[in-house]
Amino acid sequence: MRLSYVAQRVLLLFATMWMAASVNFVLPRLATGRDPIRERIIAESARGGGATNIGINEMIAEYRVQFGLDEPLPKQYVTYLWNTLRFDLGKSLSNYPKTVIGLITEALPWTLGIVTFSTITSFTLGTIFGALIAWPRAPRVLSYTVPILLTFSAVPFYILGLILIYFFAFQLKWFPIGGGYPIGTIPSFSLAFMGKLAYHAILPSLSMILASTGGWALGMRGMMVTIQGEDYMNYAEAKGLPDSRIFFGYAVRNAMLPQTTGLALSLGYLVAGAGLVEVVFGYPGIGSLLGDAISKFDYTTIYGIVFFLIVSLGVVLFIIDLLYPLIDPRITYEQ
Amino acid sequence: MSGFLKYLRRNPSLGVGIFMFALLVVFVGIGYMKYDISKAAYPLSAPANKPPSLQYPLGTDSQGRELYAVMTAGTILTLRIGFTAGLIGLIIGTVLGFVAAYFRGWVDVLIKSLVDILLTIPGLLVLVIIAAATRQAMNINLLALIIASLAWMGPTRNIRAQVLSLRERPFLQAARLSGMNSFEIIFLELMPNLLPYLAASLVGSVTGGIFASLGLEALGLGAMREPTLGMTIYWVIYYSALLKGMWWWALAPVTVIVVIFVGLFSIGAGLDELANPRTRRVV
Repeated sequence: MRLSYVAQRVLLLFATMWMAASVNFVLPRLATGRDPIRERIIAESARGGGATNIGINEMIAEYRVQFGLDEPLPKQYVTYLWNTLRFDLGKSLSNYPKTVIGLITEALPWTLGIVTFSTITSFTLGTIFGALIAWPRAPRVLSYTVPILLTFSAVPFYILGLILIYFFAFQLKWFPIGGGYPIGTIPSFSLAFMGKLAYHAILPSLSMILASTGGWALGMRGMMVTIQGEDYMNYAEAKGLPDSRIFFGYAVRNAMLPQTTGLALSLGYLVAGAGLVEVVFGYPGIGSLLGDAISKFDYTTIYGIVFFLIVSLGVVLFIIDLLYPLIDPRITYEQ
Repeated sequence: MSGFLKYLRRNPSLGVGIFMFALLVVFVGIGYMKYDISKAAYPLSAPANKPPSLQYPLGTDSQGRELYAVMTAGTILTLRIGFTAGLIGLIIGTVLGFVAAYFRGWVDVLIKSLVDILLTIPGLLVLVIIAAATRQAMNINLLALIIASLAWMGPTRNIRAQVLSLRERPFLQAARLSGMNSFEIIFLELMPNLLPYLAASLVGSVTGGIFASLGLEALGLGAMREPTLGMTIYWVIYYSALLKGMWWWALAPVTVIVVIFVGLFSIGAGLDELANPRTRRVV
């Protein structure tokens, strides 16, 4: 791997961060005729029953100074970029003293948990399944399940989630209807609490696994079909290698590489999809945080979450890109 | 007609897709005859929380909408958003893809790297920011435009690849030698060859458009007053309809959405087969 490639990739990462931060800065200011602080204060005073707006302009001016909105735009932009670079995403408007990054770090483990679990599960299941469907010596029954899996994969995660909630949580009562852990229990690292965590995570994960397994299976099947005519496959067979060895060591191993590429590309989709699953299940992750922020007009949190997610996906893609040559010796970054 | 039916036997997924959409047309048609959509699809037009019955075939929601009327209006609105966004995205993508692949050089490098960068950013998240910034003025057309603004990268990439492979074929060399100019070559030689491919990609971008619109609406960033499918999902979540046992409220939009997506998916697979019969399909 060439250093120049790494340098180029690092530059691209910073370009992504800069673009994301700039979009966050520019877009809200383009929305004309809106003053979030004024809206916020008027809403708060109306909630408190204060119909009079005496002194409201002084309050707005004070807040503008506090948020740095009285500075000239270019200076605001530089300050903003410097702050986002340090992951200082400002304070939440609806949970005021809390910082946005604090809210995100509270919610992150939940999202990471179900997204990682369901990605790994659906990737593994789909890959094995797809490989078996394309394998001439595998039972034919398997191929009948493909249309069913594909039907699931054509539907957004959260729509499946709604169906699962109704049948398994509301009708059969096998699983809890929502939340990350039972109300009234205190989160701890005890075994009993971990069990409850897993119990609550099953349905949200299942809706993602059901929806994404079909896609992996189809991709893997396509690769397996192309690989079967290859010379090394004929050679392996002519040598009289056992079936299982040909299947795992020759076919699956080679067919899997494009799958791993797909894994990296699907991450963004998965994170966005997981967000709505969390909203549907009331699961306390980033998605719910975002949904909550949207419903409370908490702009700093909305922009903070989006920025955070774009940057972290950029970082993950960066790492995966650097790992490719290790997984697949055919990929080199040399000119 | 009989030839087409015979073709459908060879291409069952196209048949399944067409059947799904025929179902939707019948469903929406009956809804149109039965209801005055401009009233019944909006709040306070029916008693709230009624389960399905002869009078209210799909039940009513907590805000007093007739769900059948909502579904009639919502299917059309949601398809319209998806179609507008998908079509605009495809047109932009086709133009950019053509320009990049046909003229090559620095234009190609520029377009290709822009697409590569934007494809790594999860589009739905950027749409969340745009929609959050414009939510006060949100309506159906604005939503479609917002979605279209990030729907062109996939088509650009695909069309570029297709044109790149077409431009080396002998018939294009013959066209060039016979003295056709770039304009004639693009519209008389390349376009007709791309049409089936464009049709297949339109289905893909419409699916993407509907997907994005449902996502934004379910998050609460849609046009709040419009009875689209995504807004119905939003109200289902907002009012915790399932926890109150109001299964019919979720059943209607979920079924319609599943039928739309499975239909689009099958039509897409069928058109792929039509555009490129060499691809082997399982469905």
